[in-house]
Order: sequence, then C-alpha cells, then structure tokens
Amino acid sequence: MTTKLMGQRVQRVEDQRFLRGQGRYVDDVAVENGTLHAAVLRSPHAHARIIDIDVSALLDMDGVHAVFTYDDLADFTPEMAEPLPLLIPHPALTHGRTQYALAKDEVNYVGEAIAFVVADDRYVAEDAVGQIVVDYEVLTPVVGIPTARAARNLVHDDIPGNVAAHFEQNVGDAQAAIAGAPHRLSLDLSIERSACMPMEGRGVVARWDRDLNRLQLWASTQTATGVRAAVAVKMGLDLGQVDVITPDVGGGFGVKINHPWPEDLLVPMAAKLLGRMVKFTEDRREHFISSAHERGQDQHIEVGFDDEGRILGLDVEFWHDHGAYTPYGLIVPIITSTQLLGPYKPQNYRVVFESLYTNTVIVTPYRGAGRPQGVFAMERTMDAIAQYLGKDRTQVRAVNFIRPDEFPFDHGLIFQDGRPLIYDSGDYPQSLEKIKALIGWDDFPALQAEMAAQGRRFGIGLACYVEGTGVGPYEGGHVHIETTGKVKVATGLTTQGQGHATVFAQLVADELGVKFEDVEVVTGDTRRMPYAVGTYASRAAVMSGSAIHLAAKRAKEKALKIAADALEADPDDLQIVDGVVSVKGSPGTSIDLGTVAVLSNPLRYAFDEKSKLATQFSVGHPDRPPVPRGEEPGLEGKDFYSPDRATFASGMHAAIVETSEDTAEITIHKYAVVHDCGHLINPMIVEGQIHGGVAQGIGGALYERMAYDDAGQLLNASFMDFLIPYVSEIPDGIAVDHLETPSPLNPLGIKGAGEAGVIPGSAVLAAAIEDAEKLPVTAMPISPSDLFTLRLEHTQ
Amino acid sequence: MSEELHPVRLTVNGVTHRVEVPARRLLSDALRHDVGLTGTHVGCEHGVCGACTVLVDGDPVRSCLMLAVSAADHEITTVEGLAAPDGTLSPVQQAFAECHGLQCGFCTPGFLTTITAGLRENPCPSHEQAREMIAGNLCRCTGYQNIVKAVERAAQIGASDKAAS
Ligand code: FES
Ligand code: FES
Repeated sequence: MTTKLMGQRVQRVEDQRFLRGQGRYVDDVAVENGTLHAAVLRSPHAHARIIDIDVSALLDMDGVHAVFTYDDLADFTPEMAEPLPLLIPHPALTHGRTQYALAKDEVNYVGEAIAFVVADDRYVAEDAVGQIVVDYEVLTPVVGIPTARAARNLVHDDIPGNVAAHFEQNVGDAQAAIAGAPHRLSLDLSIERSACMPMEGRGVVARWDRDLNRLQLWASTQTATGVRAAVAVKMGLDLGQVDVITPDVGGGFGVKINHPWPEDLLVPMAAKLLGRMVKFTEDRREHFISSAHERGQDQHIEVGFDDEGRILGLDVEFWHDHGAYTPYGLIVPIITSTQLLGPYKPQNYRVVFESLYTNTVIVTPYRGAGRPQGVFAMERTMDAIAQYLGKDRTQVRAVNFIRPDEFPFDHGLIFQDGRPLIYDSGDYPQSLEKIKALIGWDDFPALQAEMAAQGRRFGIGLACYVEGTGVGPYEGGHVHIETTGKVKVATGLTTQGQGHATVFAQLVADELGVKFEDVEVVTGDTRRMPYAVGTYASRAAVMSGSAIHLAAKRAKEKALKIAADALEADPDDLQIVDGVVSVKGSPGTSIDLGTVAVLSNPLRYAFDEKSKLATQFSVGHPDRPPVPRGEEPGLEGKDFYSPDRATFASGMHAAIVETSEDTAEITIHKYAVVHDCGHLINPMIVEGQIHGGVAQGIGGALYERMAYDDAGQLLNASFMDFLIPYVSEIPDGIAVDHLETPSPLNPLGIKGAGEAGVIPGSAVLAAAIEDAEKLPVTAMPISPSDLFTLRLEHTQ
Repeated sequence: MSEELHPVRLTVNGVTHRVEVPARRLLSDALRHDVGLTGTHVGCEHGVCGACTVLVDGDPVRSCLMLAVSAADHEITTVEGLAAPDGTLSPVQQAFAECHGLQCGFCTPGFLTTITAGLRENPCPSHEQAREMIAGNLCRCTGYQNIVKAVERAAQIGASDKAAS
C-alpha cells in the first residue's frame, strides 16, 4: 500500500532544475536569438508637467530600432493610449486614478515611464534613453502622509484633499461604548513604507507570430491570466490570440500581482511593430522606483475597556499612503481595517480610513498586505491595555479571544473579497499556550532580572494575528493520465518558489494512487489552463490544491469506470495502487492506468503497439457508441474550486530581544512562531515559508524603509542603502510549532501559510523593545539611531 | 558609430567559448547572453546580492562587477559546472536539496558557488563559520535557516565522500 503523501516532508522536485542552473526565468528566455532589448526613460521628477520630448538624437543611433512616447500609442490601438486599468474598483474609491503606459503631459512620481526605446542590446538602449531630451515644468510634490493630509498641494489637480477614498465600517456603537467604558486609552501608531524586493525583478518577453496572428508573452508575474486579459484588451486582440507563459519566477511577494505594468504592453506592441522578439528586464534601481511599495500608514486608535482588559469599544482611524495612482484599488487598507481584529471580538467597532495620493511609487499588496499594519495597531493596543491595568500581556489577550466553540464567527464586516468577514475555524487559547511554552514566557521575568543584574536590557514581546487566506473567486485543475501511465497536471495560477510542483503532485499521487515521481505539474501557462486568478493572499494551496484534488477525483472515477468494464468488475471493488488498478482482495486481476488511458480513447488508427489495443477492432461493444453519451475520449479530469468565502489561518509570534545600552543596537535572541494553517500538505515547505516570512518581518521591523526626501527622490534605491536582511540579521534558529484546526470550507481542510511569517513582525519586535527599554514604541521600523533618539526624548 | 568589439576567449566549466563583446560588457551578461549559460543570475548589478557569483580560478567573484574582457584566460566555473559530468549533484547541491535550502531558486546559483569555494577553504566549518560563509549573499525567500543547515550538511557529505574515496 502506498503511504499517504499529504502531511509528509517530501523533497521538492523543482529543486533539481534550480540546483543545476536549469531554472528558466523570463530573462533566460530567447537568449542568443536576435532578440531586441528595451529600456525605459523614467521621470527624474516627482511631480512635473512635460512640455516637450525631443527624441531626434536617437534617430541615427546605431543599434536603435524604435522609440515610443505617449503620442505614438494611439497609432497602435486607441486602447493603448487610454489610462491603465483600475483593476479592483470599489464604491468608496470615488477618485481612482491610473497612469498611462507612457506619461501623458504629466508625471507623478520619480520613475514614471515616459519613453520606451528598443535596441540591439540593453546597453545601447540605455545609451539611447540618455539621449532623449525632455523639457519639464517642475511642480511641488506631495510626499508623506502628513503632507498629503495637509493638502496644500495636490497630486492631481482635480482630486480634492488628495483623497482617493474615504471608507467606514461599523459594528455596534463604538464611540458610545468607549465613552461608557471604565477605562479609555488612545494611541497614535505609524508604519513606514517598505517593498517586496524579490531577487528577480520584473521581466517580459514577447514574440508576435505573423503566420498565426498570435502573441506569445513570457512574464514574471503572479497572474498569467490577468496579464493575458489586460494585454489582449489593450492590443485589440481576442483572448484566444494571446498566450501568456509564466516560467520560473524569482520571487514575487505581491509586487508581481499588479498588471499590466507599462512594459507588459509596450514590449508586445514593439514586438508586433518590429517583427522581432523583444525583451524587457528590469534592473534593481528601476525596481525601486517604478515597481510597487507598501506598508505606509498612520493610525489613530481609541479604545474603551473593563477592569479585566476586555475591549468594549474600539475606534480606529487611519491614513493610507497609496502613492501616485490606485491601480489595485483599496485592497490594502480594507485588509488593515478588517484584519486588525485578529483573534479578538471587540463588541463595538468603528473603522474609518482615507486612502491618500502622494507623489511616490504606487502601492500594491506586499506579503501580508495591510495586515502587518493592522496587527501593529491591535497588538500595541493590547500591550497598552495590559500596561495600564498592570496585567500580564497574555491575560489581556486571552480575555478578548474568540472561543473555540464560537466558530464560525461572524464579525459583521465585509472583507476584501466583498464577502462577510466570517472566521471558519481556530483555537486561539491553545495557540497561546503553545507560544508561551515555545518562547518561555513564564520564565522570562527571571531571565530579564538576571540580565538586568549584569547591566543588560532584555525584553519579550508577543503578537497574534488572523489571516484571511484562500480568497476566491476560483481556481481550476486539469489532470491528464497519459498512455504511459504518467500523469500531467495543470493549474493556471503561477509559482514563485512555493513548491507547487511538489505539493500539487503530492495531492494527485494521494488521490489517484499513482507514484509521486509519475506526476508532473505545470503552472501559469494559459495554454494549459486559461481559467485562473493568481498566486497571492496565501491562496494557492487552498484554491488550486482543492481544484486539483477534485480534478484528480474525476480522473479517478473515469479510470475506475473504464477499468471496471475491462476487468468485468464493479467500480466500487477496484483500487488504484502505484498506478495499477486492481480488484480489492484479488490482486491477480489488474490493469495499468496507462492501459486504461489507451482504452479511454477509441481509435481508428494505430500509431504504435499501445494504440493498437484501442482501435475499433480491438475494443468496445459493437452495439454501443465507442464514446458513451456524456463522456469524452481520453483519461482526463478537470474541475474548479470556488469557495463561499475565505479561510482564516492564524498564529502567534514571540521574540526575546536585547537592546544595547551603549549603541542602542537591537539583537534578537529568540524568535518563536506558532501557526495554524489547517492541514499541512508538506510541513517542510510550510516551515520554509515561515522562515522566509519571519526574515521579511524582521526586515520590515528593523531595517527596511523607503527614504524619500521632500522632493520625492528615493534616497536609498539600491541594496546598498535599502537594507534587506542578510543571514547576519536573522536570529539563529526560529522555533516553529504547528496547530491544525482544519477548515470546513474546502475538501482538504487547508488554509494558507504563505504570509504567516511576516505579519506580526513589527508588532512583536516593538513590544519586545518596549519591554526592554520601558518606553513606548509607536513607530516602525526602528533603527538603533531611532531608538537612541527615543531614549533622549523620553528622558527629557 | 558602432561599438568596438573585442574577441575574448572565455573558458567556462572547462569549455572555451569565443565571444566578441564591447569592452564594457559585464561578465555576468557575457555568460548569460553571449555564452548562453543562464544559470548565473543578476539580482542587483552592483555587487551587493551575490546572485551572480561565479568561481574565477576557484575564487568566488561577483560577475556583475567584472568585465568580460578581463575574464579572458581565467578558468570560470558557473553553477552549471558544479555537478559531476555524469550529472551527480555536488555535495553542496545535494545538501541544498535535502535541507530545503531554496525556494524560488533565483539566489541559489550564487549561494552554491560561494559555499563551494568556502568549503574548499574550510571543509568543516563551525556553526558560526557556516553562517559567516553565506553572510555576503542575499536571499529573499528562505530566511537563511535552511541554507545554514545546507552548509553544514554539505560539509558532512564532503567529509564522508572523502572518507569513502
Ligand atoms: S548581481 Fe552581482 S552581486 Fe548582485
Ligand atoms: S530562494 Fe528565492 S531569493 Fe533565495
């Protein structure tokens, strides 16, 4: 009997390619092929009117094939000259605005695309970009949330107050409850901008096939189908004329979910016009100044609570910096506004936010998407209540938890997917026990005192989160059993290193009863699965995992039916083990799945020895149609999974830090994570996701910030200056414990895990630093010099 | 005016390639685009991330900081040259697979080459030394825990290979 693979630490199949240098990322496509290369002229100003663009110097440049500005776009298609799509509209987004593929009349952030050059290679293309002369009228930029709110200058002339959206949700009467509560506190908390920073930047390659009248596009994206639809619309093509292939992707973390980027349109346009393959590969500086950021939010919290620390009313107001445009709608602030509730149930809740324009790079979701800010708001509030009441921080949390017998729990709010915010399952008290044990919560006061006696400052912090994962609308799976017995699986969402080829193969091997090695998974290729959404919000395992599981079930049903005919047995008496269908209890009677695949496809012609077995003279009943009514030839199963609403994973992090009295250096001595993502498909991969997330969370808490000056110049647009953690910044050994409360919403009982590691990072470290320093930490990230300044302010 | 091209002989993984490149062409670009060995990756192009690390005469070098013309007459090893000719993974590659030392795989070639050189110099590193060995390379996916494990595991495999031979 084959052992079940779900839950096993199966080694990843994709690693073999990656380890040999045979990964295939977008920039690896079309090498040595006469491919042309593109470079983009980007705005050096945060806010300016374009008076004139002079490209005359490029006309005779050797190796330059074309240059495009806004004025050229309408010649291609009228759609190309219109603004880029606003992907996720929302009724509260009253003043949405998107940029053009190439700037029209005005630029609104440093890095906005102005002109597009195609040349023999990237070096020449960059030379040519340097020869374009633009005459600007420089305008005053709006940088940072306070400046945007003050609205002395406007990002877009016709958008009053720089406000794109004003949104409010209410449960009960928060303000009355706070006014009537025995105790009240208010807090101001802020988090700065950071960015996803995958090691591979964005990239796109296009080939226009003149003979077939179709476009082939390779894109480093989190949504192949999204790019396909956007490109088809803009290029005036039928969806069926566009294939998008997403090969290996060198990390996404959110930034590659936005689409189309200007280059996603300009590259195929140039490929079609020039009749050559064209490639754009973003460099690191470009990634900093022209791909998306996230996280920047200022938050004000009012809370009323009783003597136990039970929250009676919570009123949150926050301001979200979404940059110069709103292509991705209000997803990030909506997530903050709903997910800040975490595992708690304040009985009365009001949240209101404003989403603000600034002359900086656009904001789209970054791993965790709005949740780190929300968790920071809620957990800092919990800590403040505990401190005010002189209670242990875990006790205050415990009295506010949703209890295990209260699921499903309806918060009475609308979530980011437009569905009610209803938690499916969870066990928060048990999580709390686990995290306390893992970090040594109860023993810490002794350690802290011991360290204090040596003149060392130690502090401990913890933070809880709940994460809506596995949001809809749907994903699909296709399982095809070949006549060799090999199984080919396709799903439409993409992969950015999460090990999809492995975990999906585990699910198929389990359901179908075939060897893991015989299953091959393809993701993100619209030719194989044209219906799909994308890889974000920890949804791949839940959505595509469930769909593939269902598709495998269908393939199995069909296989058993055909095998039952061949073996003259009842399908219910059959089993499939290691790719062989046999009658349970009578192992002599069996047939290979590959042979079943042969039988599933009645043939007129014999192509080889195998197919001879399926010709009209060898199979089928002469009185019945070769393909029964309602059936299809071939041994395939296809299905889709579309959930009623999101699943809700949860977890708790804790950390012990030391702050240096002399240098204010912050050292993390211990970091612990307890998380619940329902049933685990592959614990090794889940732990890997957590490790990576924790590193990003630590980066966000201690190192990463977007240092804009008042003129809107990003002063740290390189890995020299924007510090993503090396190993030296990550504590040695992150303790991880799992809890599994299965989701009742999907057949596998899984929830997502991709973002779990990053979400509470800032809240946990702020709490630990506060505990070490005995002064309030209200803004993250915090560097040693920030801490030093805080100390000075505090002693004054 | 066309750019002047320079004929360069690049010896990569034991094979000599003749390429014609402008003087300013980076070794990383020459390897990837002229020689067609795309295993070497470019993550920053300014020497910070280590993704482009190759071995030049056995030493780890950031190929985004070296010009192709100055690599002439040196022995270059890229990630494609780490496995044995029969396809057997090197101890470092093997250890990465066992320890889940990679996710998206983009930084991986740079880690593999760096650690290969590191273990040649120090075949049995302490835990601290294992961490230091990778302290110049950025990975955005793994959180490093498993890469450190992989360094230690590779040292083990290396030691037992030696004992066996
Ligand atoms: S690409 Fe060479 S060090 Fe980053
Ligand atoms: S595995 Fe993705 S950057 Fe290291």
